[in-house]
Amino acid sequence: MTQITNLKINGVSQRVGVDERTSLLDLLRHHLNLTGTKKGCDHGQCGACTVLVNGVRINSCLSLACMHDGDEVVTVEGLGTPENMSRLQKAFVQHDGFQCGYCTAGQICSATAMLEEVAAGWPSNVSACLSGKVELSDEEIAERMSGNLCRCSAYPGIVRAIRFAAEGDTP
Amino acid sequence: MKPFTYERVTSSADATHAGAQTGAAFIAGGTNLVDLMKLEVMAPDRLVDINRLDLQSIVATDDGGLRIGALVTNSALAADATVAEHYEVLARALLAGASGQLRNKATTGGNLLQRTRCAYFYDTAMPCNKREPGSGCQARDGLNRILAILGTSAQCIATHPSDMAVAMMALGAVVEVEDKGGTIRRIKLDDLYCLPGSTPHIETVLDAGDLICAVILPAPSKGVHIYRKVRDRSSYAFALVSVAAVMRMEESRIAQAALAFGGLAPKPWRSAQVEAALEGNAPSDALFDHAADLLLSDAQGFGANDFKIPLTRRTLKAVLRTATEAAQ
Repeated sequence: MTQITNLKINGVSQRVGVDERTSLLDLLRHHLNLTGTKKGCDHGQCGACTVLVNGVRINSCLSLACMHDGDEVVTVEGLGTPENMSRLQKAFVQHDGFQCGYCTAGQICSATAMLEEVAAGWPSNVSACLSGKVELSDEEIAERMSGNLCRCSAYPGIVRAIRFAAEGDTP
Repeated sequence: MKPFTYERVTSSADATHAGAQTGAAFIAGGTNLVDLMKLEVMAPDRLVDINRLDLQSIVATDDGGLRIGALVTNSALAADATVAEHYEVLARALLAGASGQLRNKATTGGNLLQRTRCAYFYDTAMPCNKREPGSGCQARDGLNRILAILGTSAQCIATHPSDMAVAMMALGAVVEVEDKGGTIRRIKLDDLYCLPGSTPHIETVLDAGDLICAVILPAPSKGVHIYRKVRDRSSYAFALVSVAAVMRMEESRIAQAALAFGGLAPKPWRSAQVEAALEGNAPSDALFDHAADLLLSDAQGFGANDFKIPLTRRTLKAVLRTATEAAQ
């Protein structure tokens, strides 16, 4: 049965009617033609489908679109454009943060929200201390990004790009 | 995915009423359920979305403990200042589980009720007594590297996959449940889970419509908190073996040794016998070996998971050594 769902996607209010079985990922790609978000495993194991919902990163493959009534979704298309890239997008280009590029939208959405989590003082599994300011070491970046797989294994470039963007220098 | 009806509830009374209907399932974060529905391992007829219920808060209890709403996300719980300060073992266990994205969606109640990651349970082309009672178990003689060595039965050797629940078990957590009549009852976490026996499809004592509202932690212990997790890769993997420990020393003797184990059994595992053997004694290698002997006296491997028996012994001893040295 069709469920009517109201949500804001990349700043645009949308009223969509989709079957309740439709994932948020399939809503974005198949119904709204926002194909920047990629389907990798479709089971929450690879992170290629990562988007921001109300500013928080999630796997859009594991969420039903009808459960997002009233939510604000940001996809990679909402972070920047080829002419006006976000800081992280620029850093990924300049520091070889990808090879084939299939995981990149998920990596960039994930990293965008991850840096907000760091700013909010959220600890990680490798943090020596559970409270206080997080020092964003390469180990911290790798741990916090472990939900995004890159089968080309461009990890050194990904970590470098994120560190560069986080440090606030101009890439 | 099989078709289902979807409804959003805004009160626990509506939730428990809807959840008690035949074929109904609650959905919160959905990180496990949606996956299982895609695979048709689970196929509810009626999905009851409980995300609008007011179960998102973490509040102090009158007796110095903590009441964690069932919809508090794993991320929020791990980042909570009180949890970080007084229940470190819980924060550490949460941070050792899943990925950032999953922790942002996964909820406290959902984490407790997540299903096993046994490959045979997930593969609908295979028999599985948990998924399809009476169909058989191929895991016993199959790919059982990640599966259980304690608490198993002839019908099922699945493990409970949670890290969070292991820490909560060591902390003596209690689960608050509302039933379809509106009655609220409290169940010790240890009593929430059933061992598989001849009914591996029955995993908890919850009835249809029973809604987990909160997890209640008792007042914190001043001891050393450790969560040690051994896995095949250093992040974003389920435990092969994990140990949650809250240890306190008094005059060079172990005053408290609250221990729980993950990756070993169909439920987060706790052994009163092991704890009693440790408490009151001075730490020593011989004592730690004795504790491991008691823990593993009934352990049974099934081939590919035989390694878990020595691995558990070594992990337990390492945790006991670290904890008692730190607590001195």
